[in-house]
Amino acid sequence: MAYEFEFGGQTFEIAGEAALYWRAQNALLVSDLHLEKASAFALYGQMLPPYDSVATLQDIAALCSKYSPASIISLGDNFHDDDGELRLAEGAAELLGNLARATEWIWITGNHDRAVSGIWGGKALDELTLSGITLRHEAKAGDPHPEISGHFHPKFRQILRGRMVKRRCFVKTPRKMIMPAFGALTGGLDVQDAAIIKACDLCDGEGVEALVATQSGCARFALNAAGAFAK
Amino acid sequence: MRNWRHQGWNAGKLSGIKSGVNLPPIILNWFAARGWQPRRHQLEMLEAAGAGQHALLVAATGAGKTLAGFLPSLHDLIANPTDGLHTLYISPLKALATDVRRNLLIPIEEMGLPIRVEARTGDTPSDRKARQRVKPPHILLTTPESLSLLLSREDSVHMFATLKRVIVDEVHAFANSKRGDLLSLSLARLQTLAPDMQRVALSATVADPDDYRAWLAPHGDMEQVRLVAGDAAAEPDLTILLPEGRVPWAGHSGHHAIPQLIDEIGRNKITLIFCNTRFLAEFIFQKLWDANEAKFPIGIHHGSLSVEARRKVEGAMAEGKLRALVCTASLDLGVDWGNVDCVIQMGAPKGSSRLLQRIGRSNHRMDEPSKAILVPGNRFEYLEAQAAFDAVAEGVRDGETFRPGSYDVLAQHVMGIACAGPFDESALLAEVQSALPYSAIDAATFARVIAFIATGGYALKAYDRFKKLVKNPDGLWRLSHPQFAAQHRFNAGIIVDAPMLEIRFRNGRKLGKVEEAFAATLSPGNCFTFAGMALEVESIKDLDLIVRAATKPATNIPSYMGARLPLTTHLAGRVRQMLTDRPGWARFPDDVREWLEMQAYRSQMPKAGQLLVETFPHDKRHYMVAYPFEGWNAHQSLGMLITRRMESRGLMPMGFVASDYALGVWSLKPITDPRPLFSADILADEFVDWVESSYLLKRAFREVAVISGLVERQHPGKRKTGRQVTFSTDLIYDVLRKYEPDHLLLEAAWADARARLTDVGRLGDLLDRAADTMLHVDLQRVSPLAVPLLVMIGRESVAQGSVDDALLMEAETLAGVAMTP
Repeated sequence: MAYEFEFGGQTFEIAGEAALYWRAQNALLVSDLHLEKASAFALYGQMLPPYDSVATLQDIAALCSKYSPASIISLGDNFHDDDGELRLAEGAAELLGNLARATEWIWITGNHDRAVSGIWGGKALDELTLSGITLRHEAKAGDPHPEISGHFHPKFRQILRGRMVKRRCFVKTPRKMIMPAFGALTGGLDVQDAAIIKACDLCDGEGVEALVATQSGCARFALNAAGAFAK
Repeated sequence: MRNWRHQGWNAGKLSGIKSGVNLPPIILNWFAARGWQPRRHQLEMLEAAGAGQHALLVAATGAGKTLAGFLPSLHDLIANPTDGLHTLYISPLKALATDVRRNLLIPIEEMGLPIRVEARTGDTPSDRKARQRVKPPHILLTTPESLSLLLSREDSVHMFATLKRVIVDEVHAFANSKRGDLLSLSLARLQTLAPDMQRVALSATVADPDDYRAWLAPHGDMEQVRLVAGDAAAEPDLTILLPEGRVPWAGHSGHHAIPQLIDEIGRNKITLIFCNTRFLAEFIFQKLWDANEAKFPIGIHHGSLSVEARRKVEGAMAEGKLRALVCTASLDLGVDWGNVDCVIQMGAPKGSSRLLQRIGRSNHRMDEPSKAILVPGNRFEYLEAQAAFDAVAEGVRDGETFRPGSYDVLAQHVMGIACAGPFDESALLAEVQSALPYSAIDAATFARVIAFIATGGYALKAYDRFKKLVKNPDGLWRLSHPQFAAQHRFNAGIIVDAPMLEIRFRNGRKLGKVEEAFAATLSPGNCFTFAGMALEVESIKDLDLIVRAATKPATNIPSYMGARLPLTTHLAGRVRQMLTDRPGWARFPDDVREWLEMQAYRSQMPKAGQLLVETFPHDKRHYMVAYPFEGWNAHQSLGMLITRRMESRGLMPMGFVASDYALGVWSLKPITDPRPLFSADILADEFVDWVESSYLLKRAFREVAVISGLVERQHPGKRKTGRQVTFSTDLIYDVLRKYEPDHLLLEAAWADARARLTDVGRLGDLLDRAADTMLHVDLQRVSPLAVPLLVMIGRESVAQGSVDDALLMEAETLAGVAMTP
């Protein structure tokens, strides 16, 4: 069951576990793909499975079949490092090429890959504003306009009935929305972490909501301005 | 003379010693000066050494085992003085290596021998370590991990060329584990470097010494290992303590007996109080202090306390400043304090070998009985205590099944060897095969291990450019870059902790560690008890939990995963047997006997080999309770599987609860025929499916990923910076499972899960039996035997179904309800 919510006067749908579908723009939003993270580690002798880019791109392809978006907007940290784009393995490169041809692919550049060149397709932008909502990599303090960003890899982490439940999650305030990391090998930062709460740039009396995708929709959890879950 | 208790050295009688060994006068005079005699088994160890044999000494604590191990080395070093490393002593505990050094140095000094003895562990300063490699001592005391690291050095070839003997202490405690795998591979390596090296192992009494002879021997050929048996120790003086003569229905702690414990502490010089978990140790310690009107000095010791805190309490013990010490398996082995005169086991003993080991911690005199008290926490635990009591009286130990060596340990070892220098693949394979745990490794598997180290061993050859190992033109494998050797030494090791947070005061004083999962339940202002102190959380920073002394009492105690000791098959079998032996119930306390008699009257008592399953309604739900006695792990696994099966059959299960003895399931609809739920085909598909998606395999994968060197170890307190952020091995697991399900590490994780986490073997046996042996009794109300299990409901966490999603939705609903004005 699809879960929709309003943000910045627009309607968004949570797509899969970590993407957003923006119907009015017919755009799929993802963030922090960290493509070629495994090979970045392999360079230094940690031979992580070389399938992370394929896994990540296949997940995007699956969402594309479902939503048929006109554009895919990736909110930065697209590749794990500057050379990642050049290391992209054959299968993954082909997959990315296909996706970038079938849609308008936009790379918002992030702190991990300022030099994204788009050799496999797509165009690179520092940031982008659509229907009054700014899409950028890292939340900007003091910006009063609605903004969607990534960078922090927020993750919901709670012990529920004695069991540790960890899930990627979206962070939502009236003006800011922070997306979870989409990449197959990207870890997360506890949504209660001070860095995330600070990035939310809260005004007096405002709280934060963590949105966790579930198979049947979405579970929502309120956090107060100190980053604690409302009990 | 401090720390000088070798009662065991002198107990031999003059008559009856026949020995072909002529001890040098310097040793004989030293014995004579103390009025002592070498003991029979000490002389037999000398004989074995003289005959060039490997040897296994099996003897009780206090029998002078350590000296028996070293005597041949001293003898040889006197007869044939040499330079260079002569004897390597390997202990599973760092502390033991330091302690033996103290106790070995004294006789060497008193005999005036020019023998250098040094210890080398993770705590040894690096300049001393470097010096040891250039100018090794005659006798080096070390641990399996430190030895493995030494073997990764280029100069190890020279350092070990002179080696004559290797002594493995407390071999029973770790041979059959990954540390045992590692040591076994290191022994094979040492034998290559020093072909005439004699292998010696010292063991407590074990069920089958031949298992350990084979483990010790090159190529598993136990005939090469002479078995030397020590004299039998005096029978222990064992009692079962019943608090006020009653046995409680539930609980594991035995805390009802606190007043009697205080009396015992008062009656004895020093009492060791063993608890089965760290949680329980903290709990009992708190209860003891609450009742400690006599102000006895009582300490606490467990594996999650900081090293400083443990050393402090060990020091207080050594100086005789404590009257009692509450402890866990962290003291199953370790430094002998000698003056302990009573051992108390809280809760069920879980195995006869473990119990005997613990009893042996008291009164290290061969001729006096050790005093031990069992305090069962509930009625089943009473039966288990009685079973252990009988086993101890008969001198029967738990049998052990040796597992094949793990691939992750092999990968670590091979990488270490590569760090020492180029190697030939087939020569190294032959060497590895001479270690018993790896005797079945074939060339193809070995090639996979090498490929794993070199490039990760993936079907997709993406990393050929980044190879860690390359093949020289001469056909030898070598490291592609020396940085990988440094990386290996930084990450090598066998113990992989759950992610932990360090507990410390703001001034930096470290108290110990709690698991991340527990820390996640805390926020600033919360209080908990640790190391016997009430602490209040000040803040949580990265991997540090900053605390201060709490001003209010704390009831919260940290618990640790994997803390549960498994019930041995041997004891489980005895308990089952006791249930069928009705005349034997006469010796039980009244309430236990009445409980069993009422069970026989109201329901049935299973006959030998029968699996009793009861169904009954209770409190608007339908219950099914099975009594397989196969241990918590097996029951927990079975509970997950059966509730899943019930779900698909529309029985609407609501939860389950498992103990070491029984499994209880409850549902909205009644189970009329339990047989199909227990059919053996559950293991074929549903089990695999369940394990793969469960945390069990992920946890095992995390361990093999670290040990094998796939991911770098997180060193507590040393947070990585910049690019080397940590990442979750769960994510790697998911990717690997999807894209390369046959990968070596997934195979290794499965082997672990199978052997250690789920007791699949026991589960399989249980299910195979179930079809033929099930005794189903349908009842109108709860049976007496079911009560101890049902009262656990609500205390143990219960989760099932497509869990995470359900829990999230539930948590959201609760929050919603609570937050609605």
